[in-house]
Order: sequence, then structure tokens, then C-alpha cells
Amino acid sequence: MMTDAPTPTPPALQAEQQENRRLKVASQFIAAIPHAAAMSMKMIQVGDGEATITMPYDDRLVGDPDTGVIHGGAVSALMDTCCGAAVMVHPAAALGTATIDLRIDYMRPATPGQAITAKATCYHVTRSVAFVRAVALDEDTDRPVASATGAFTIERPRKPEGSKA
Amino acid sequence: MSVPPKRARPEPVQVVKQRRDATLQSLVQGVPYIQFLGIQFERHGDELTAVLPYADAHIGNPAIPALHGGVTAAFLEVASIIELSWAMIWEDMEAGVEAGPRRLPKTIDFNVDYLRSGLPRDAYARARVNRSGRRYASVHVEAWQDNRSRLFAQATGHFLMPVRED
Repeated sequence: MMTDAPTPTPPALQAEQQENRRLKVASQFIAAIPHAAAMSMKMIQVGDGEATITMPYDDRLVGDPDTGVIHGGAVSALMDTCCGAAVMVHPAAALGTATIDLRIDYMRPATPGQAITAKATCYHVTRSVAFVRAVALDEDTDRPVASATGAFTIERPRKPEGSKA
Repeated sequence: MSVPPKRARPEPVQVVKQRRDATLQSLVQGVPYIQFLGIQFERHGDELTAVLPYADAHIGNPAIPALHGGVTAAFLEVASIIELSWAMIWEDMEAGVEAGPRRLPKTIDFNVDYLRSGLPRDAYARARVNRSGRRYASVHVEAWQDNRSRLFAQATGHFLMPVRED
């Protein structure tokens, strides 16, 4: 006779593990990245292969002192962090990730005094590469400040000894 | 024997250097974000090298540890914008024309290629203006750490040039 397993079915268990991992990554992500902490970034939402990170307006990040507009480089740093976060919370369960390539289009200057929020989505993931898209918004959410596309590595656990790389 | 035509004596080298260094500093010091990252510029004649001294706050992955990809991107973008502005004002500066308030070029797009992870050391970058028209410019920039020939990142950017008043 077969006995019923008392534990949840594998798909349910997987979903639970993924949810736990997502929450863990979300809570520790910014704190674990010195540069993200230096820019006071906050992760405000996570989903499967999706992340939203916000960064408050900060005088130290200004690129044009005449207008008070945030430097493009600071927007790049936010976009890169957010895309990396989206890769980390993808069910492919990357141990880590690194940027291969990142392209940013600057559509308009961010409004001085407003926080900038980036939303990133992994739109395609292979065994070793994640393709990510992101958009950066200020309070006027109908008109994006910048958009980004990038390719990121997916670092997986090393194969057991003896197996071919 | 004819007397050679009278020519203005060249300016003393200290005067030339001081003017160039002051112009460069005025470009860099006014930008808070450049100070936030601690980026400095070294000048030899008209050639600029951007220097990003290592700081713990630049780390993106403490496990390796590696520089944050965003810091690398920002460093390359700053190096490009300053190189472009510098090339733009060089002739006026050399002619001794007093420059008015300077507007910096605006980034249209910026494409960074990460070649290897940034080590926890100082980084250097040099940008080359490939094309600079009245309205648009295209700039390529390379960054390295210990070895000039082993780049850790490179980028290409397009920029909107500030409107000239003349």
C-alpha cells in the first residue's frame, strides 16, 4: 500500500521555498550592498524575477548644480541595482549575479526634490544569462525618466566533483 | 642679415598650467555627484585621466568583493562628460577667452560593457570623443585598474551638446 505523504506536494513546497527566498533576498539585499546603502535605496516590492527599488532625492547626487537635477550616473546605479535584484529573486535561484551589459536611455531630467523609483523585470532567462528591462520614474509616473535594458550573469552552484564543467 | 619678425613671447609655463588646471577644476568641483564618488582628474597637456580612488562605499558585492556595476557606469559617464566639456572649451581657454557660465552636455544614452569584475582598488578611465557636432556627440570610454591593457569596463555614450550663445 502507498501512504499519503504528510508534507506539501513538491510544487507547493517549491512555491513556498521561492516565496521565502524572495522575502529573504528582499530584506537583506540593500543592506548587503554597501553602495546601495550609501545611496539610501529601499526595495519596496518583489515578485518572480521582478523588483522595485526607490531612492530618495539627495543633494549629494546632483549632476547639474544650476538646476538640482540628479546625475545620470546615480540613475545608472539605481537601474543596475534594481536589475540585479530582479535577477536574484527569479525562480532560477541564482547564487549571485553580475552585469554583462547595461544600456540606459535618458528620456528627461528627473524632477529635483522627487524620489526616483526603478522597476525591473527579467523578460527572458536562460541557464546562464538573464535579460532584464527596467524603467525609472519620479512622481510623474506617466513620463519615464529613463529606461534600461541589460544582460546579467546567473551564477549557479558549482557542479559536484568529477563532473565536467 | 634680416631681423626675424617680432613675436609675442610664449607665456611662462606656470601661467599656462595654472589656467588649464583652474579651468579643469571649475568643471569638476561644481558637480556634487563627482565629489560624492570622489572622482579626480589628472591632466597632461590636453589629455585627461579620470581617477576613482577606492572606497568601501563603492562595493556592490562584498563576497568577492567587487565594485558596484552602477559605480563603474557612473564613473565612465562622468569621465565622458568631463572629457567632452573639456574638448569643447579647450580652444576658448587657450585663446584666453573668458568663458561664461558653463552648461554641461546631457546624456542621451549610455551603454556599458562589463568585461571583468571591478577589484577593490583605484580605477582609471580615459574617454575619446569620436564625433562632436553642433548638437550631438559620440564618446567612447575605457576603464582599467592595474593594467592599462586589461580593461574592466568600456562604454559608448551619446550626448546632447549645450546651446552656444555666440
